Amino acid sequence: MEFADEAPKLLMLLYGLIAFAVVVGGLLVLLDVVPAWFARRREAALLAAATTGGAGTAAPPPARRRSVANRREGGLGLFFLLPTLLLLAVGLIVPAIRTFLLSFMDGGSRNWVGFSNYTWMFSQDEIFSVLTNTLVWVILVPLVATAIGLIYAVLVDRARFESVAKALIFMPMAISFVGASIIWKFVYAYRSGEYDQIGLLNHVWKMLGGEPQQWLSNPPLNTLLLIVIMIWIQAGFAMVVLSAAIKAIPGDVIEAARLDGVNPWQMFWQITMPSIRPALIVVVVTVSIATLKVFDIVRTTTNGNYDTGVIANEMYNQAFRFGQTGQGSALAVFLFVLVIPIVIYQVHNLRKQREV
Amino acid sequence: MAVKSRPRQALVIASVLTLALGATACSGESDSGLDPDSPECAPYTNYQGHDGESVSIYASIRDKEADLLRESWKQFEDCTGIEIDYDGSGEFEAQLQVQVDGGNPPDLAFIPQPGLLARFAQANKLKPMTPELKTIADGNYPADWLKYATVGGQLYGTPLGANVKSFVWYSPKMFTEKGYQVPTTWQDLMTLSDKIAATNQKPWCVGIESGEATGWPATDWVEDLMLRTQTPEVYDQWTTHGIPFNDPRVAQAFEQVGSVLKNPKYVNGGYGDVKSLTTTPFQEGGLPILQGQCTLHRQANIYGNYLPAGTKVAPDGDMYAFYLPTIDPSKGKPVLVAGEFTVAFTDTEATNAVRSYLASGEYANSRAKLGNWITPNNKLDVSTVTQEVDKLSMQLLLDKSAVFRFDGSDLMPAAVGSGTMWKGMVDWINGKDTKSTLDFIEGSWPK
Repeated sequence: MEFADEAPKLLMLLYGLIAFAVVVGGLLVLLDVVPAWFARRREAALLAAATTGGAGTAAPPPARRRSVANRREGGLGLFFLLPTLLLLAVGLIVPAIRTFLLSFMDGGSRNWVGFSNYTWMFSQDEIFSVLTNTLVWVILVPLVATAIGLIYAVLVDRARFESVAKALIFMPMAISFVGASIIWKFVYAYRSGEYDQIGLLNHVWKMLGGEPQQWLSNPPLNTLLLIVIMIWIQAGFAMVVLSAAIKAIPGDVIEAARLDGVNPWQMFWQITMPSIRPALIVVVVTVSIATLKVFDIVRTTTNGNYDTGVIANEMYNQAFRFGQTGQGSALAVFLFVLVIPIVIYQVHNLRKQREV
Repeated sequence: MAVKSRPRQALVIASVLTLALGATACSGESDSGLDPDSPECAPYTNYQGHDGESVSIYASIRDKEADLLRESWKQFEDCTGIEIDYDGSGEFEAQLQVQVDGGNPPDLAFIPQPGLLARFAQANKLKPMTPELKTIADGNYPADWLKYATVGGQLYGTPLGANVKSFVWYSPKMFTEKGYQVPTTWQDLMTLSDKIAATNQKPWCVGIESGEATGWPATDWVEDLMLRTQTPEVYDQWTTHGIPFNDPRVAQAFEQVGSVLKNPKYVNGGYGDVKSLTTTPFQEGGLPILQGQCTLHRQANIYGNYLPAGTKVAPDGDMYAFYLPTIDPSKGKPVLVAGEFTVAFTDTEATNAVRSYLASGEYANSRAKLGNWITPNNKLDVSTVTQEVDKLSMQLLLDKSAVFRFDGSDLMPAAVGSGTMWKGMVDWINGKDTKSTLDFIEGSWPK
């Protein structure tokens, strides 16, 4: 009986799986057939070139032959790029252009309003606090999360039970932002002094002799407490990447340093840090971008009340809940502008590393 | 390379084919329906002729209430063969917008905010009522209620369920034990509050936390007080921005609400100080009454749904509600109401059949029988309403001397009604003064 109730849902699931299999299977087949076809053509062409060459007739000028091969290779490259380009256009480029245009229109996306959404953004006290909060997030989260991850990675490196210790700090990574926020909401929960505390933090605070606090409704402390959630999640990521980088430092370098008689402090600053610099940058950049986009944590815990708003949350509220699509789009464009320098820096860095 | 790839290809193709064949094999659906010509189906003959079609409905009603909805139109589905695809979501307001913008709207939606309804109507997304539907609507609903679904002279929907908000929940048992009287004027209510406060108990318990909608229960307080301190006309001007939000008359209503909600002697029974209002979920707001930790809780008739199982809701039970008294009884009896409206984004015949059924008396009675529900539909047979609070709510709804006004924040544009006003209430309760709160809300009114 119960199974019969659930049957339609299972059927839907099955259809979904089949659709997935058909699409992915189709793509796989395509990806398998087409390059093979290109490869056969190329083999045939090479073979033809070889036989004609072998027959002693004048071979075509080498430059021309290369350009033909290049063009073929280019075609092959384009073929592989095509799905990506298509998905990028549909999922990223077109929406980005649309958002940009919408940010110059009114709430209902009917009339052009020029820059008024942008002037609104910088003239409202509320939005100003949203912008400053975002700034605080972006400064604190990457720095603290990376620092904690780094310290932890150095401390547990080659320690006993290293993998257990690492698993412990990596675990929060596996929890969704919403799940993590709900967990921490319980940590910060409040009941007044006369009652039993259900929040861990207030319980500890009361044992230490304090009055229970409304942690989440007292700015500016509440923003910092929300930042703790993000750090809790991201420190594990930083630790894993940095730990891998530390392990990748060549043994002879460490050995040489030891023979030179460095102390642990010097070892850290003069050997470890320079060696893991690229990994550090990757971590900081990744965490920074994730932090700029932070939305779930704020929405789940306070929904931007009590001065805890951040850009992404405000953008969602304006565009989808309040029907102010123009203002929401302006916030989205602003967020995009903030991310660009970080991305440019990252690309620049990757290029430099490749040159080395 | 070319040689190697063939078996792989074959494998992929084979597995895809097997899956696809397997799917067609088990996709038979059983159709269990009543015989459309049977006597049980007689009331549904008007809606028949669309067998096998399906109509999707999207709304914010979830869980138990959603199950009751599905049950209420079960017979309609069986007799007409129309399949109603109901989906309830906690993110309804935002997601509906996304679906409509994406060109993938549901056939029908139950919108609880006339403000949102007007937005979709102005964007030409809603299908207006056909003349036949309008005749049904005019016959079944008071003009007052239809006005909320009318935009630019066009009627876009009919009310479905309603709730009456002007109630104060209390414990009849506790009242008898302590010898309290149910107050009939605002003055009495305040005297009672003072009397309870003098016994070192906080008389009121309030919770306004509601996820992303945190703050709405406090807006109901303001609306009720606006109706009690001002004329209905001023209330209408307030919700339509005929007067600014920071008008002194609004400020006065806020101050009067503040004399209860921001009064540390009055709140917050069972939870803590004034600030605990904003972190107490509204569902839990009134529960301390059952533990004897507070006495009064202002909340709509729906609050009965949030009481623990086994709570007796009756005039002599553990919990019951009384009408939030008027301040000047000579001005009449204002009642704050809310409800959801059935609107259509498509106009297929099957959609219109469901739409006219949901506006009919048969539907109202079918749903009311299941309990926890009232409606302004005048074809409702009041004797089918069994629950005490529902009966009391129906009495108020049918009261000819009452002045009804719809929930103000639902009438306002969403940017204010479900945006800055909610947020403003939260900040205001947390200590912000009335003037800057009202200025902030006024500043956000869309131009």
